[in-house]
Amino acid sequence: MAEAKKYPAPVTNPETAQFWEAAKAGKFLIKRCTACGEPHYFPRSICPFCFSDKTEWEEASGEATIYTYSLMRKSPTGPYAIAYVTLKEGPSLQTNIVDCDLTSLKIGQKVKVVFKPTDGAPLPFFTAA
Amino acid sequence: MTIKGKAYIAGIYEHPTRHAPDKSTAQLHAEVAKGAIEDAGLTKADIDGYFCAGDAPGGLWPMVDYLGLKVRHVDSTETGGCSYLIHLGHAAEAIAAGKCSIALVTLAGKPRTGVMPPRAAGAEADFETAYGATTHNAYGMCAMRHMHDYGTTSEQLAWIKVAASHHAQYNPHAMLKDVVTVEDVINSPMISDPLHRMDCCVVTDGGGAMIVTTPEIAKSLKKPLVRLIGHGEAMKGPRGGKDLDLTYSAGVWSGPRAFEEAGITPKDIKYASIYDSFTITVLMQLEDLGFCKKGEGGKFVSDGNLISGVGKLPFNTDGGGLCSNHPVNRGGMTKILEAVRQLRGEAHPKVQVPNCDLAIAHGTGGLLGVRHAASTCILERV
Repeated sequence: MAEAKKYPAPVTNPETAQFWEAAKAGKFLIKRCTACGEPHYFPRSICPFCFSDKTEWEEASGEATIYTYSLMRKSPTGPYAIAYVTLKEGPSLQTNIVDCDLTSLKIGQKVKVVFKPTDGAPLPFFTAA
Repeated sequence: MTIKGKAYIAGIYEHPTRHAPDKSTAQLHAEVAKGAIEDAGLTKADIDGYFCAGDAPGGLWPMVDYLGLKVRHVDSTETGGCSYLIHLGHAAEAIAAGKCSIALVTLAGKPRTGVMPPRAAGAEADFETAYGATTHNAYGMCAMRHMHDYGTTSEQLAWIKVAASHHAQYNPHAMLKDVVTVEDVINSPMISDPLHRMDCCVVTDGGGAMIVTTPEIAKSLKKPLVRLIGHGEAMKGPRGGKDLDLTYSAGVWSGPRAFEEAGITPKDIKYASIYDSFTITVLMQLEDLGFCKKGEGGKFVSDGNLISGVGKLPFNTDGGGLCSNHPVNRGGMTKILEAVRQLRGEAHPKVQVPNCDLAIAHGTGGLLGVRHAASTCILERV
């Protein structure tokens, strides 16, 4: 089951270290560009839209809706739900839906962030809100 | 500057094997190279350009040395399964610019015999790898959203596999030769919702190769003349997560570029080789290339419309990746090879399209639901 699954520790690098430090404190960060105003995910130092280097960390609400998902049945560790969720702040990101009924997931369903431990920094997942 | 008509495909070869535990990967590359060179009526010494992708062991240096080539132009563009469609376009560019005159492109490998090595990680690795994106579930996510937005059904997707199976029955080398029904597909086990086992392509060892050359050299050889008249390439990814839309592929950009260069429209196409890693891959690409409107792919592929001799758009008449061959999990090369067979009039008589003078070979590489490339080639019989 998903609970027993061991997740790989993030390698991290100077560009993303702050994201993982915040994750250890239970905070879910995104990046926002102060030049064009657009938020993005995963975090980059240079904005992928306007290419400005004026990007800042911002704590996200952790609230999102499911954009799409697929319940993967062909897995040695048991079925798991991969998904894209769209954050309340705008960006969509790839994740797993965990700790809820995976057989009744729906596009548009409200979900919220939940962190799961690794041997390093914890990883963000999403569960039914 | 255009590549229209500046390069011809003079030699093709598809390895007949689908399982090759007794051969090395480099050996398979050499065997398909030999086959394509002989098909063209050339010798190895004639080759002055070489193209390969991530399936070639060690890349360019080891391959050029192993094959014993002496080349003046090389290209190892790696875009997964559509690498070879991009290679064809790049070979035409190199030939048009005089950088080489006879280019060899090879693909080969053994995913059926052993596990393929993992791809190198990109900047996204820490933020995605743990979630277990695979080909099955990444394409599953596309299908799920396409169904949500456009009402596409599993039965409609199944028609794509049904059409491929009708063609595969005539291919003696096809891995799956049995004709299947819509019911067979939707009753096969669910792999990753909403894709069933029969929505997925085969996993095969093997490979293929082609020779791309100048108009003058092609005309001096004995094979029917097939030339590239349009090419496009493009890439798509989540791009920071803004306006995510998994219901279209990079084919929306590569297709129009190729059609514009060729000076034709989808209505002119007599035969279509469309990358078929999964049924949803075909449906989305047909929409993206303009064979029907976005969202109407389900209706377009239904009722045998893709079956040669039955429907309006004969596709993948070799059985495609869904039934015949998907060597090295990379279907771009075989898409070109069957298009050339159709244009030469060398397809199986039961699936040969009459007077086939214009064909498209189109593919994607990478994961349609994550990051991918697309390449479109328009081919003409002269």
